[in-house]
Amino acid sequence: MEELDVEPAITNIPAASDGKHLGFAWGPGDILAYETLYMAPGSGCSFIHEVRKDEDIYSPILRKLFNESHHIFVGLQTIREDLPSKNKKTQFVSISKNYRSVIRACMEELQQVAETLHPYMKTSVLVLQVSILLAIELIWNLCEVLFIDAAPAGPLLLHLLDWVRLHKGDVDEKAREVLQSESPAEHHDYWDVVVSYVLQGRFEEARQMLVKQATLQPAARNMYKLMDTLLSKMPFYNPGGTQTLTEFDVKWRHWHEEVDRCLQDNSFASNQHLEIICKILVGDEDTLLEHKELLSTWYHFLVTRLLFCHPTVKPTELHYYAQSCMTMFLDLRSVPEPLDSILLAAFEFDIHQVIKDCSIALNNWWFVAHLTDLLDHCKLLQSHNLHFGSNLREFLLLEYASGLFTHHSLWQLAVDYFDNCPEFGHVYLELQIERVPLDTERKALKVLRICEQRQMSEQVRSICKIMAMRALRNNRLGSALSWSIRAKDAAFATLISERFLQDYCARGTFSDLDLIDNLGPAMLLSDRLTFLVKYREFHKLYEENRFSEAAKLLLSLITAKIAPRSFWMTLLTDALPLLEQKEVSHNLFVFSSDKLIVKRLPFSLFTSLCSQN
Amino acid sequence: MESVNAKYVSQKISKTRWRPVSHSSLQQPDIFATGSWDNEDNKISFWSIGNHGSSGMDEGFEGDPQLLCEHKHDGDVLDLQFLDQDRIVTTSSTGAVTIFRHHQNSQTISVSQRWPRVHRYPCDNAPCTGVVCSSPEIVTVGEDGKIIVFRADQEGVIRVIENADSSTIHAVTYLRTTEILTVNSIGQLKLWDLRQQSNSPSQILSLSGDRLPLHCVDRHPNQQHIVATGGQDGMLCVWDVRQGSTPFSLMEAHSAEMWEVHFHPTNPDHLFTCSEDGSLLHWETSTHSDMPSFLQGGRNNSMISRSAMAPAGGNQSLISTWLSGDSSKGRLETTHMLPSQTLSVNSLDVLGQCLVCGTDGEAIFVNRQVPV
Repeated sequence: MEELDVEPAITNIPAASDGKHLGFAWGPGDILAYETLYMAPGSGCSFIHEVRKDEDIYSPILRKLFNESHHIFVGLQTIREDLPSKNKKTQFVSISKNYRSVIRACMEELQQVAETLHPYMKTSVLVLQVSILLAIELIWNLCEVLFIDAAPAGPLLLHLLDWVRLHKGDVDEKAREVLQSESPAEHHDYWDVVVSYVLQGRFEEARQMLVKQATLQPAARNMYKLMDTLLSKMPFYNPGGTQTLTEFDVKWRHWHEEVDRCLQDNSFASNQHLEIICKILVGDEDTLLEHKELLSTWYHFLVTRLLFCHPTVKPTELHYYAQSCMTMFLDLRSVPEPLDSILLAAFEFDIHQVIKDCSIALNNWWFVAHLTDLLDHCKLLQSHNLHFGSNLREFLLLEYASGLFTHHSLWQLAVDYFDNCPEFGHVYLELQIERVPLDTERKALKVLRICEQRQMSEQVRSICKIMAMRALRNNRLGSALSWSIRAKDAAFATLISERFLQDYCARGTFSDLDLIDNLGPAMLLSDRLTFLVKYREFHKLYEENRFSEAAKLLLSLITAKIAPRSFWMTLLTDALPLLEQKEVSHNLFVFSSDKLIVKRLPFSLFTSLCSQN
Repeated sequence: MESVNAKYVSQKISKTRWRPVSHSSLQQPDIFATGSWDNEDNKISFWSIGNHGSSGMDEGFEGDPQLLCEHKHDGDVLDLQFLDQDRIVTTSSTGAVTIFRHHQNSQTISVSQRWPRVHRYPCDNAPCTGVVCSSPEIVTVGEDGKIIVFRADQEGVIRVIENADSSTIHAVTYLRTTEILTVNSIGQLKLWDLRQQSNSPSQILSLSGDRLPLHCVDRHPNQQHIVATGGQDGMLCVWDVRQGSTPFSLMEAHSAEMWEVHFHPTNPDHLFTCSEDGSLLHWETSTHSDMPSFLQGGRNNSMISRSAMAPAGGNQSLISTWLSGDSSKGRLETTHMLPSQTLSVNSLDVLGQCLVCGTDGEAIFVNRQVPV
């Protein structure tokens, strides 16, 4: 066995007392643990504890995530293979954005709920879930930028800027606060806001803020004007334009030299804030690092540094900068968190490492399963087989779907996931679907429909048999029959007909006439059933005094030999009153056929008849 | 399809019904109730789509349905009907029938009356599969093959028809004020006259050919002899209960069980069906002739209309286009109403121009601009 990557988490079972032994049994998604006596005397405990790994599927808000993403997943599988790759890329990007918007919607709803709770009740679970979703969306967004959209040098930086801006929402909040105050330029957070805007490359907003300060200090007007010019002239790469990357690079270098000149000239020496901004614009690392609080994360630092030092960064160069930025930003003492190593792996374009780290860090397969599936559709995963058969995508989808199947309600979603695992999905589904509890007929019908659509005939038979037995036990013969008709289960239909015939023998009349009289072609399912229906028809004809027809029917019943042995006597005794009927006795055909019957009876029965008479 | 949006509600919806609007007002419906199933804790909920204003609102997306209130429900909600403006009757998989009252002022729900375990086997509970009500009378049917009649303010049951059916009864509806129709799992449509004391149906109709289970039934709002049913194979059958014992017309509708069929209450040329295959179909018939309907033959005075006022533009010809026998003869258009494939659509309800449906994908769809 390989070495473990992380220490296993320890879960305390609160009700189990110290010093007791615990026994356990694995379930599909959880463990059952119980106290057990192991050589020690004492009283046992009658509790069984269920330890669940994944609490998320039981959260009502997160359920929406599972349902909506299932919808997107099913849509993704139907994208046609023959589309040109450019069209496919835009489709994949929009699907990725769909997934992300679903995550965001859930996150917002969780946040709303967390806010409405009483402060003392602010459960850490909700807060934890929100932060996990935030991290997930951050990672997904980065994967979309780097892997799915796969922007080349130039647009790459723009996408990374968008990425950072999206995940640093507190700048706008602070800005709002500052702008709504009486004198924004004198607010204590004012310069923080301006610097944050600059760090994120949002120069328009920065300039608008600076105007407010400029009006307050008319003496320094020229300085502000200079800063404004510098900010407005910073070139941004336009992906749709005609400018090539090299041309942009040249332009940018010109601008960079101009800013550097201003710095050397001490143009902003008198105003410390503007001086800082100028240093940022020129890409001075130390100044950037002084604003760690405003940057708050090493990846923000990375993107800002790239913006002001290497705007034409190529995707393959990213990981150098990422590694160095992370080292510079984080203290030597602090341990990198899982999120940091995942993001670093993404910058290194090591998709497998990203997936592996996410699998370990998260307690639910949702994220890795869907992301891997999308990346697989983009043909980004090399198909290397795992030791345990099937490829990575299928493995993750199977794990995720198996987890869903343990949920009392979400099992229906899992079916579609199994359908899209070509190698093992069918087998997994066959094993799991039989464990779905069938409380009502409606649920059984839905499960049956799933099985029938996938030609799982064994499961169909077994489910129908379960439902039919249950109906039979409750004396619902019609229901039992309708289940055996569905499964085309002749043996069970025979069993039910036997019950009917036993009832008749016991009581002398038929029960459930509405069923027997109205079966139609379903009666051909089993010989015994046909016999039952025909026998009842015989009785009806007899009651309506249609004796010749009744006789003919009885004859065919006897000659067809579909009657059970126990009934042969009854049939013959039924024939006797018919022989007394005039119209029947005059029918030679019947007479001569009677002799035929006698000839065909086995000797034993013939002798018993004679002895009785 | 801008006016259809999915709202994800974290529960699989088994039934959804609009709250009835009074005939005199021209308002569109604004409140609907839903019941969930297959949860450990099932719920009934009331939702509002905020249609209080006049019809001069701007087009398109007007906001999701908002949850007004909800209440725990013991067992799956197998059927749900509005008894009146404030009360709903629900039937449960535990065999219980419950009346809930919705208090509009405080937006709370309370249990108004409950009949636990009315549908049962000798040793077990039987799910109660269908309910229909005409205040104050309530009729329920169940997997135990019983038909039970209650009155809304009386304890106990009024009447039980034991062993009404040897198989499961899936749905029930009123044919006339004293007659009901039931459908069962061996493909039979049975007519019961509640004035009679006998325990057998007054008429039995069934499909020729395979006796597949029928799951839903609905009666034409104006012409009470026309009944539509849907069953396991997704075929839509239209029957004329006066004539013959087999359906008048059969139309292939869905590729899996049809769970509900509804005639539009005021515009019965329109019919809606929903199915396990995830689709919701809107059927629209039209007559051949351009002659106004009142010139097409005498009115039969023995037809009693249940609504208080005659519908304004409804088709009143005696030979209804639903009974044209062959769907290619009359003009019959079907349109899918949901934007894309979903999991099973379990329930739908239509009133005025609004349609609501609930799915196994835990989503509710509301369409406010149904073209009727």
